[in-house]
Amino acid sequence: MSDRSLLSIDDLDVAGIREIVELSDAFEEVLRRPIPKVPALRGRTVANVFFEDSTRTRLSFEIAAKRLSADTVNFTASGSSLSKGESLFDTIRTLHAMGVDAFVVRHRAPGAARRVDGWVDTPVINAGDGAHEHPTQALLDLVTVHRRRGDVEGLRCVMVGDIEHSRVARSTIGAFTMMGMHVSVAAPATLLPTGIDDWPVDVVEDLDTALEKADVVYMLRMQKERIARDPVLPSLREYVARYGLTAERARRLPPEVVLMHPGPMNRGVEIAPEATEHPGAAIEEQVRNGVTVRMAVLYLALGGMP
Amino acid sequence: MAEQFAPKAEVLDADEIRRATTRIAHEVLERNKGADGLVLVGIHTRGVPLARRIATSIRDVEGIEPPVGSVDIAFYRDDIGTKPRAPTGPTEIPVGIDGATVVVVDDVLYTGRSVRAAMDAICDFGRPTAIQLAVLVDRGHRELPIRADYVGKNLPTARDEVVKVRVLEVDGADGVDIGTRPHAPGSAPDREAATP
Repeated sequence: MSDRSLLSIDDLDVAGIREIVELSDAFEEVLRRPIPKVPALRGRTVANVFFEDSTRTRLSFEIAAKRLSADTVNFTASGSSLSKGESLFDTIRTLHAMGVDAFVVRHRAPGAARRVDGWVDTPVINAGDGAHEHPTQALLDLVTVHRRRGDVEGLRCVMVGDIEHSRVARSTIGAFTMMGMHVSVAAPATLLPTGIDDWPVDVVEDLDTALEKADVVYMLRMQKERIARDPVLPSLREYVARYGLTAERARRLPPEVVLMHPGPMNRGVEIAPEATEHPGAAIEEQVRNGVTVRMAVLYLALGGMP
Repeated sequence: MAEQFAPKAEVLDADEIRRATTRIAHEVLERNKGADGLVLVGIHTRGVPLARRIATSIRDVEGIEPPVGSVDIAFYRDDIGTKPRAPTGPTEIPVGIDGATVVVVDDVLYTGRSVRAAMDAICDFGRPTAIQLAVLVDRGHRELPIRADYVGKNLPTARDEVVKVRVLEVDGADGVDIGTRPHAPGSAPDREAATP
């Protein structure tokens, strides 16, 4: 176990989040340089261990590590024949024996990153563990709101869609509320987790009413196959009508709203193509901020003398 | 860190600092035959206001104020201790430095490691024709083959002594003090010893 691991957004306090936001700003300046790279992590090796498909998160961590002059190795497995726990353990111990300095772990089992942290003495960064947590996504979301709106305290966020199966929802709600934002969630009852009453959020019935007061609109990815599978859910068309950010809803949003989506988008389902053209759309900024936030997280995990 | 510092004597007062930066401005102009193509870059924290003062003095003499930038070396250090350090200020190079003469400005020159880091950072912004170094105090004990082109005051010191520069813009007053660190057993001298 390492005290420099980042497994959950709850591993951080307000001061820790502020430190990451400020470091992220410093790295944003680095990315604008003619040579957008600093030697801070020269000689360190970061292993991206991804047991679940991911394009943007893995590439984002890899670019972040390279911008800090760290070496990277990538392990990607999908559908291993070994039982999951065993293959994860063997993979981690093997890489550890090769001299890896930090692990970035994505796995479909909740708690996987924490288990990995128990097996090694190097820092472990959780890059998504099932429907549980995705702390660097939460941090990049916070940085995105901060860069658009300055002080985030008191801002109102409406988060829309599949709350129950979303690690983004768990982590981002944690970060937003820790920094003093108000979060409301809008979703069909079947996509709200049991125990939502204990979350620090309001559940709203009517999306249009909630959007009127929103400073931040956060659309979650809707898995189309889930709608086909789940008999309690209305049809896709009805979902879009009630919970989609349609072109018509987007037109009513003021330009200063911050419109977010963790990607990849289902255009035409949770978000209309026209909505991504809204001046408040910050979806590509989220991607860019993902690099600077992950640079900050890796720098704090690996910076300094070993 | 201030409580770890027991000042023994003031080695430069405000007037002497003013004369030193003014003289450095003249020397920079003399060496470079004017202010054309000059860019001053201060190392955070106290190098930045010192760079601004030298630029102002150059303007007073020459009528041209060279652009002033700042560089933070947190991501370039080789002596950062066990914990990563956050930048103390923004890195801002206001103009292209290809073909420019960059004068790096710092408060205290000691091991030379900060200057090495600053040069690495500056070279990520372009290829200057030359990089020169101006410091308010050179206290010796170099660990790298680096020397200053412009020195406010050469100050022989022992390694266990501390030189602390105060500038109005950061500390509320100008002055340079020498003193001792009451107890720092086994810790390698680093930049913190030079400027707490």
